[in-house]
Amino acid sequence: MSRRTRIIVKGAIWGVALLPLLTLFYRYSTDRLGANPISYATNLLGDTTLRLLLASLALTPLRMTFKISWQMSLRRLLGLFAFFYACLHFTIWIAVDHFFDWNEMMADVVKRPYITVGVLALTLLMPLAATSTTRMIKRLGAKNWRRLHRLVYVIGVLAVLHYLWLAKKGVNDPFVYAALLAILLGVRLFDWARRGARSRRQPISLTNRRVTMASSVPPKP
Amino acid sequence: MLIRHAPDIKASEITDFHLYLNRRSFLLGMAALALAPSMPAASAVPAGERLKATRNERFTVADSPTTLESITTYNNFYEFGTNKDDPARLAHMLKTRPWTVLVDGHVSRPKRYDVDELVRLFPLEERVYRLRCVEGWSMVIPWIGYPLASLIKRVEPTSKAKFVEFTSLLDPQQFPGQRQGFLSFSSLEWPYVEGLRLDEALQPLTLLTFGLYGQVLPNQDGAPIRVVVPWKYGFKSAKSIVRIRFVAEQPKTTWEKAAPREYGFYSNVNSTVDHPRWSQATERRIGEFRRRKTLMFNGYEDQVASLYTGMDLGKSY
Repeated sequence: MSRRTRIIVKGAIWGVALLPLLTLFYRYSTDRLGANPISYATNLLGDTTLRLLLASLALTPLRMTFKISWQMSLRRLLGLFAFFYACLHFTIWIAVDHFFDWNEMMADVVKRPYITVGVLALTLLMPLAATSTTRMIKRLGAKNWRRLHRLVYVIGVLAVLHYLWLAKKGVNDPFVYAALLAILLGVRLFDWARRGARSRRQPISLTNRRVTMASSVPPKP
Repeated sequence: MLIRHAPDIKASEITDFHLYLNRRSFLLGMAALALAPSMPAASAVPAGERLKATRNERFTVADSPTTLESITTYNNFYEFGTNKDDPARLAHMLKTRPWTVLVDGHVSRPKRYDVDELVRLFPLEERVYRLRCVEGWSMVIPWIGYPLASLIKRVEPTSKAKFVEFTSLLDPQQFPGQRQGFLSFSSLEWPYVEGLRLDEALQPLTLLTFGLYGQVLPNQDGAPIRVVVPWKYGFKSAKSIVRIRFVAEQPKTTWEKAAPREYGFYSNVNSTVDHPRWSQATERRIGEFRRRKTLMFNGYEDQVASLYTGMDLGKSY
């Protein structure tokens, strides 16, 4: 991908990813947040977090399925935006919904499984966001960094559980997210099993190994 | 280059395809309405028309009422859809005339009532009640109706009648939420069924309701006829009722069937008995910023606590 294209694509992602936040500000300033603004904001921010998280998890399956890899350079941007929205979602919960009632919130974290997994997901996102810079990748070493960032699979599952466990019966969206996540993780599992079968048949050479294992480095054509 | 991402327009915000196809007839209808404002409301939807009633101060709480806008745009009415704005958006699909309500079961005088007859049976009162949703929000609503007890006495329940069962309209044509979609993983069983013990139904607070805010019930609020049971969570107050049946056995209600551990038959507002997944200790009054404490029996403890003496409300939730 040329530098020009990359700038355009990343610019587009910035635009799209900021749209929910702009919607929120616009609706706030025009008094169109509806009858329950706090719930509206919480839901919009939570939905956006899940969508961005799933989008960032969709890049590797795209590479595995269609053998294209230019999209891998967008992973950090999408992941950081997911973290950004998760933080906003959490801030609304603390500062607006419960108005810093720490006792009540702590009781909920312990007692309500959907809140437990939500807080856990955000906590696990923090080290990933903190190690997202190129410098941190170098400092940790690619192998360790990749290992650490596999946490995102756990985070994806926790985030979907969070929604599944808070939604009332009849609400369909959490099941759609769960299905999408299952597909995205399923493709990885399938790819992993296939590579395992192949490597048993023929020992992989070093170059081959680099192509199949490296996910942060785009494979050579 | 094609970059796909999750759509920012929610599916619920997109105009229903069917409506889109019928946009011309919709516009035509609007034009006809504009041209003939004085036409008799034979087939027109009466929602929004004035409905006269006398305020009953004995059943009026001091809290200031929630705005009509909030009451008509923030609704749980899963027959239209599970989003809060679905009912207001799709309310026009419900045709509230002609409408009949079958009153039957263990009664001496069963009858199929026309809703226009029902509304004139007894004098209409305006009562301002609190409404507490099981989700943790609340409103204050000036309802118009008369005590359900009046109708019950008229149809003369027999000694076998121990419970009252309410059935809401089943019609996927008018209630898009009742359609089984391609990607529907989760759905309630239709029609919506609710129920009360006979003594609960006879409690003077239980209101057979035809209007709010001085007007005929808007469709999204359960037109043309619903019950309001203010000391129970909102879902106990059945909307768009087509049948009131007097039965010997405790009815199996829709939410009980959907999640028996979460929604019991009684579902009294009770800040000490949590929903298994969330707390019921506080609520957000629509229009207010801070949460407020949820009151026992939604503040109607004096009137209704005696109905439940000797019962374990943690078990009979």
